[in-house]
Amino acid sequence: MEQFLQQVVNGISLGSIYALIALGYTMVYGIIKLINFAHGDVYMIGAYIGFAAITYAKLGFFPALLISMILCAILGVVIERIAYKPLRNSTRIAVLITAIGVSLFLEYVMMFFVGAEVRSYPNVLSNYTLHLHGVVINMQQIYIIVTAIALMVLLQFIVHKTKTGKAMRAVSIDQDAAQLMGINADSTISYTFAIGSAFAGAAGVLVGIYYNSIDPLMGIMPGLKAFVAAVFGGIGSIPGAMIGGLGIGIMETLVSGYGNSMYRDAFVFLFLILILILKPTGLMGKNIREKV
Amino acid sequence: MLEIKKLNVYYGVIHALKDVSLTVDEGEIVTLIGANGAGKTTTLRTISGLNKATSGEILLDGEPITHISAPQRVKLGISQSPEGRRIFPEMTVLENLELGAFLRKDKNNIKKDLEAVYERFPILSDRKKQTAGTLSGGEQQMLAISRALMAKPRILLLDEPSMGLAPLLVREIFDIIKDINNAGTTILLVEQNASMALSIAHRAYVLETGSIVMSGTGEELAKSNEIQKAYLGGE
Repeated sequence: MEQFLQQVVNGISLGSIYALIALGYTMVYGIIKLINFAHGDVYMIGAYIGFAAITYAKLGFFPALLISMILCAILGVVIERIAYKPLRNSTRIAVLITAIGVSLFLEYVMMFFVGAEVRSYPNVLSNYTLHLHGVVINMQQIYIIVTAIALMVLLQFIVHKTKTGKAMRAVSIDQDAAQLMGINADSTISYTFAIGSAFAGAAGVLVGIYYNSIDPLMGIMPGLKAFVAAVFGGIGSIPGAMIGGLGIGIMETLVSGYGNSMYRDAFVFLFLILILILKPTGLMGKNIREKV
Repeated sequence: MLEIKKLNVYYGVIHALKDVSLTVDEGEIVTLIGANGAGKTTTLRTISGLNKATSGEILLDGEPITHISAPQRVKLGISQSPEGRRIFPEMTVLENLELGAFLRKDKNNIKKDLEAVYERFPILSDRKKQTAGTLSGGEQQMLAISRALMAKPRILLLDEPSMGLAPLLVREIFDIIKDINNAGTTILLVEQNASMALSIAHRAYVLETGSIVMSGTGEELAKSNEIQKAYLGGE
């Protein structure tokens, strides 16, 4: 039982990170129907920005997190403006291929500037650990979970209570109708990229302090897993991405804990195949309505 | 107030609007009738800025608006209730109405207008917390029109407000349109239900395969033999 609870705690920590990344996938998909494969690389760059802020600027955890989120938000908006916006009226496959191109571009540009080697993340948090009935929760995990929850609450507030959030929902439901309300679709799409990328930046810093190591290709696997999480939750659904992220995180740690960690990734992707066969709309996804 | 001069619109190679010219004066109800595919919806979409004109001009109070964005046109007072209603089904009735007033900053007046909508359509008040997708077709149409009115438009574009509604509701919707016009909003109405549209319109245009083929007062057109034959089912 203790081991199970321990794995669940570890899974929630990891899952919170997946959830933060999955939110960006799902929001961008919701608004422009693009699987933004460059999203995992924004997360990687977020991890490097946090690394630089802590190592060179000697900043603490929260300032580093904030800087990473702001710079990633800008990066996300720039990517959308340069790479995706000119293709707004092209086929979806053209934009998807562009996204893969942007992903490779970010990975190898980073490799050029920071080198391919793995760097170890500086330790900014105390080594304090919490013992609860045999379950060990360390400081990193507490920070990850608290940060993720705070950001998700903030997101819910933005999406449901602010004008920008309502505009985002309107554009994602029906772009033409939204424009007839006077909503500027382009700037709403930019906001969506900004928020999604800021969340990826936060996830990058969190994973850096959790696993202590970063490298320019670190975004690929978590990016794909967050994509699985978004599909699991129902792509386009914000609560779905949160639940999907936690689900995939817990599943992964349980497979590692009770089975074999070698099979962890295979399991996640097997799961993706199963979802796509059994329930392609995911947990909270809607049936796709074809417009007549 | 609204003037369209020699408007041409293409969908790829399809020439959807051919030299369409029309005017709508302040205080009028003008209707645009025609068969399916004649270009009625395209005309309204182009006025709202959702479709781009290849050539021609759209003037609002004499000022060209042909090249400004759709949201800016809303700001200038052109609001549209689109074909098929296009409400936001996953959002609540209240949220839909609030989105109608998206560009407005006058919070107190927005509140008053919301009250006015609820007074006109008590059913929307009863269902304000419900998601709009759960409303019936007629209620959704009322919501779509109310949402367009929340922008406080000077000119309201209505695209097929009677589509898919029971005859009794159709009459109700047309009465509402008249009411809105009496309250001071200019209306450009696109309809397939020609007889109803002509009965409330001050003036009308007939659109056939992208061109205006006839125009006149609502009464004149309702009596015209060609219109009788083509659109009103007369002999």
